[in-house]
Amino acid sequence: MKRENIIRIGLIVLVVLVLAILNSTLGNYQLRILNLAGIYVVLGLSLNLINGFAGLFSLGHAGFMAIGAYTSALLTMSVAQKQSNFFVKPIVPWLANIEMPFLPAMLIGGLVAAVLGTLIAAPILRLRDDYLAIATLGFSEIIRVIFTNTMSLTNGALGLKGLTRYTNVPYSWGIAILTILFMFSLRRSSYGKAFMAIREDDVAAESMGIDLFKHKLLAFTIGSFFAGIGGALLAHLMGTIDPLMFRFLMTFNVLLIVVLGGIGSITGTVISAVVVTVAMEVLRFLDGTIDLGFMVIQSVPGMRMVLFSILLMLVVLFYQNGLMGRDEITLDSMGKFYKNKIKKGAKS
Amino acid sequence: MSILKTENITMRFGGLTAVAGLNLDIAEDSIVGLIGPNGAGKTTVFNMITGVYTPSEGDIFFDGNSIKKLKPHLITKKGIARTFQNIRLFKDLTVLDNVIIAHHLRLDSNIFSAVMRLPDYTKKESAVIQKSLDLLEDVGLMEYKDDKASSLPYGKQRKLEIARALATEPRLLLLDEPAAGMNPQESIELMEFVKEIRKKFKVSILMIEHHMQVIMGVCEKIYVLDYGVNIAEGSAFEVQNNPKVIEAYLGVDE
Repeated sequence: MKRENIIRIGLIVLVVLVLAILNSTLGNYQLRILNLAGIYVVLGLSLNLINGFAGLFSLGHAGFMAIGAYTSALLTMSVAQKQSNFFVKPIVPWLANIEMPFLPAMLIGGLVAAVLGTLIAAPILRLRDDYLAIATLGFSEIIRVIFTNTMSLTNGALGLKGLTRYTNVPYSWGIAILTILFMFSLRRSSYGKAFMAIREDDVAAESMGIDLFKHKLLAFTIGSFFAGIGGALLAHLMGTIDPLMFRFLMTFNVLLIVVLGGIGSITGTVISAVVVTVAMEVLRFLDGTIDLGFMVIQSVPGMRMVLFSILLMLVVLFYQNGLMGRDEITLDSMGKFYKNKIKKGAKS
Repeated sequence: MSILKTENITMRFGGLTAVAGLNLDIAEDSIVGLIGPNGAGKTTVFNMITGVYTPSEGDIFFDGNSIKKLKPHLITKKGIARTFQNIRLFKDLTVLDNVIIAHHLRLDSNIFSAVMRLPDYTKKESAVIQKSLDLLEDVGLMEYKDDKASSLPYGKQRKLEIARALATEPRLLLLDEPAAGMNPQESIELMEFVKEIRKKFKVSILMIEHHMQVIMGVCEKIYVLDYGVNIAEGSAFEVQNNPKVIEAYLGVDE
């Protein structure tokens, strides 16, 4: 085996060990944040694939998450749970008696999101930039409105309550790590390069023999799959889902992560997902009443989001590349960094 | 044996006829020039051949088969590659990646085996990387392989664009003003380079050029377009002395 691969596997083992230690020492509240960070890694990377690699400006992420979340929730709920949830209108008979473990339910959630993502994307992928953004945003809202109104399928605005909280650190971070590896491998592959060629110059890409439609659709489908998986993980972390959860604000959160991390950067997105998730919790005090000693600011719910929005504006105005631009922290770049440091040390 | 033949191709944009009834006939293994003043419709011809536009009238035959209704990527797959007048490289990617991407259409591997790095894919991938390195060596861009494409000097970017087109393994290469923005010395070097790649890669070449002098020494046959109409064709000498061509370029002596 090559030296690089040994280091890579070593790194993964190290990360798993750290996570295992965190998993056994952290309290419930912190564990929840850790899980949420893992889920946001998956969501951020999936949007990064669509927006960052393939350059398709999509704002429909919340819709695909909703599909994954509802699918997996309906599949894992027991018959009794379904009966108690659907008290206004009974659930459709073909779903009433299905009950399966979390892992297959989550995968099916991802697949359903991928299939619907493909169907939605096929007619609108010829649109560009802002038009595509508007169309995907519209579709995501349509999905939400449909879910609000299909009482016998989704229980409408009442949502689904009392889901078993299957999502734990092995699930959320296991899938996050698999997603990270997938994205690195995809980007290194000929398909990933074709995606980036489309992002750079679609006219040139097409004249180099890249089927624009097929490759855009592929990027969108894979992105929707991981969005669905992320939605499923989120549903079984929260224990409750309803259509309002998947408003545009949800897409905004994921987009915030991708933009802050650097659109197109895998490591940037991962770092930013963790930092943003933790910051959202740490900054929770902003929503409450703040006593500055000389004056008291009355509690304003949503103050955190104001801060994040300002942060996003600052990044877009002054630091468009985000944390990492399109660069990555890799073994190579770390090696160079250390070599430079040693050189500098030798000079002084 | 002709590799590309156009039959009366016409392109209309609303009321404007950009190209009117053009007949091109490009023999296998030849270098053909397409010249004309600004706005004569040269690039429109390229866009029709490569499938960016579908001709309003007429038909295009590549190797005997009509390619009029094919999409650009399928035409590339059939063996026609092009460069652009205003360089269109994948700017943010490395020089090597630019060439590797052009091999994607011939890789013939599905995304599953590509992401899982199954042996079937990795074997093909390493062959592609080797081919791309060889190609960069051939065109003299090896030392820049890890640089961003946009960081290359202008002349080298032109060369890279040609190398990228060659990587799709074309039988016909369309060059859209390859010498645009170059000084006379650079233009001559470029024409030598074009001759070389024809020999090395056994491609036929159709080249648009604005300056007649540049391609006089290279092209075996030259077509002259003016306002979308083919006003002359023949060898460099014939075209140069054709009164219509002189008129189109210099205007008439009143």
